[in-house]
Amino acid sequence: MKNLEAVAGNGLLDRRAFLRGGAALAAAMTGYTLAGPASAEPLADDPWSRAPGTNVPAYGVPSRFEKSVVRTLSNPNGEPRTQHGRTPHHLLQGTYTPNGLHFVISHAGDADIDPEKHRLVIHGLVKRPLLFTLDALARYPMVSRMTFVECGGNSAPLFSREPIQASVQALHGLASCAEWTGVALSALLEETGVDPKAKWLVAEGADAPALSRSVPLAKALDDAMIALYQNGERLMPGNGYPMRLLLPGWEGNMNVKWLRRLKLVEAPAMSYYESRTYAPILPNGKAYQFYFLQEVKSFITHPSPGLMLKAPGFYEISGIAYSGNGRISKVMVSADGGQSWAQAALHEPVLSKAFTRFRVPWNWNGGPAVLQSRAWDEAGNVQPTRAQIIAVRGQAAKVPRVTAFPSQHYNGVTSWAISSAGAVSHVYA
Amino acid sequence: MSTHKLTAALSIFAVNFGCLAAGPNLGKPIDAAEIAAWDISIPPDGTGLPPGSGTPAQGASIYAQKCAACHGENGKGAANAAVVGGAALTNGIDTVKTIANFWPYSTTLFDFIRRAMPYQQPRTLTNDEVYALTAYILALNKLIGENEAMNAQTLPKVKMPNRDGFIPRFPDKL
Ligand code: HEC
Repeated sequence: MKNLEAVAGNGLLDRRAFLRGGAALAAAMTGYTLAGPASAEPLADDPWSRAPGTNVPAYGVPSRFEKSVVRTLSNPNGEPRTQHGRTPHHLLQGTYTPNGLHFVISHAGDADIDPEKHRLVIHGLVKRPLLFTLDALARYPMVSRMTFVECGGNSAPLFSREPIQASVQALHGLASCAEWTGVALSALLEETGVDPKAKWLVAEGADAPALSRSVPLAKALDDAMIALYQNGERLMPGNGYPMRLLLPGWEGNMNVKWLRRLKLVEAPAMSYYESRTYAPILPNGKAYQFYFLQEVKSFITHPSPGLMLKAPGFYEISGIAYSGNGRISKVMVSADGGQSWAQAALHEPVLSKAFTRFRVPWNWNGGPAVLQSRAWDEAGNVQPTRAQIIAVRGQAAKVPRVTAFPSQHYNGVTSWAISSAGAVSHVYA
Repeated sequence: MSTHKLTAALSIFAVNFGCLAAGPNLGKPIDAAEIAAWDISIPPDGTGLPPGSGTPAQGASIYAQKCAACHGENGKGAANAAVVGGAALTNGIDTVKTIANFWPYSTTLFDFIRRAMPYQQPRTLTNDEVYALTAYILALNKLIGENEAMNAQTLPKVKMPNRDGFIPRFPDKL
């Protein structure tokens, strides 16, 4: 079969192979969870085929067989400190994150807000300070856009000097993607009027710590949104119900949840989170400040640690790529630790500042392999190799716990080693 | 609807729109006095710092009562971060960031304690108490004298050791 010729080392196939080969070839694929050959027993009706099923619920939840598809929680008993819930990328497909699995970081729990009582105030260097109720905002023209949100600390375990053995959920689970709908912030600022002296706005939440971040006015006027809906329904409490600031492509913490106040000012407030928490230390002892952007990044979700390859043969390598600078223009995949690369197919439509699913067919010969992905964005940025980013940003002096944040803003390459037994582990290559 | 009626309806629509500014204009005007309780962010120059004052000694007793359970006796750290001390930042990119080794501005300390602490009862401290706790923590770190009072005039003048330790990552975005 001509289509099945490898285009890069260790059995990577042309990204169009399955498209051209059609159904027969697709059927030849074995999934990561398939056990041995199919049973030879004759087919018969199963119990669920012989009687009506369960009642349709008012609000649907996944099948009872999918109970393991959940976020992992860093602080499940709600001790007085930050709580993290991470997205199980290895158990999901496509590009939208279901609302119940969208990552959440709450510095003091999820605020439980009565939408009737919630208020948004815009004041400071404006011509007319204004207060908006949710009812009022709901009458404005709405905009929708698909965009990812990523914590500045996502992927931080890769700053460890030794690869930490953990799932893609533990390593990269603080990024998710949804379709957000709400009111363009620029529309509201048009009504308040903007004093020419204003250069920043301070955004603040209605949560217990009144979490606050300073945002350059230019971003607020560009593509910022007061988001009210997430994948069609109202925001989840953990994602800021009833409204959050959405800054497409920018550091998650700046997308202030439970938003209640925007103050236009001349200079940044130097809040706790911008002057301390999200300012990563550099090897020379200085620190980056105002990192803002979530830079071009990708990682392979299938296969990844925890998923087994049960037998040699065909698999689809797939993963997620995204950039705070715009659209993903290209993803390359390697199965030999970066010696040779095959171009991945990108699931259409490829949207700006959104998750892009990439796929490459792979014929695993049963030998050891090292899988990597590397992404490019339309602004010409290339995802760095781990060696490249570590050269600039350094690595942690101590091997951290997997839930720790030895630094922030890791966007380098991730490498998965496949053993001849089909097990997947995290390596540096 | 006849063409005539439609045209009439459209022109009423246009007139109604003409009365308003460009947008829906559904925001309610609000004045500074009404916003005051929420208007709590304090920038490095101290604009907006409230009246009030507090000394390290006053802060010590409030700290023992309301903060030590989580941040440890004398600020040494417990379940939550120490508020005293800190290693050199050249010890590694994972050096624990502290008030003394990292925070660029003293005003952030007032702002953060006032808005977020104590963790279980945020925004229950009086302004005098916040000044006192700020003074106590700054004095613990030897950033002010043991008898120096913190208030709207003195606090912004406290220069933090790491003030100049930062590099904007994307200067063109500022
Ligand atoms: C129930 C535990 C608890 C109590 C009581 C508490 N804090 Fe905190 N404190 C925290 C937590 C948790 C954080 C981290 C918040 C975050 O990262 O979002 C914190 C952070 C801080 C910080 C920032 C420390 C740093 O360097 O990052 C300061 C300063 C602080 N608290 C001061 C106080 C003061 C003053 C009091 C008493 C009025 C107090 N805290 C009471 C839990 C507590």
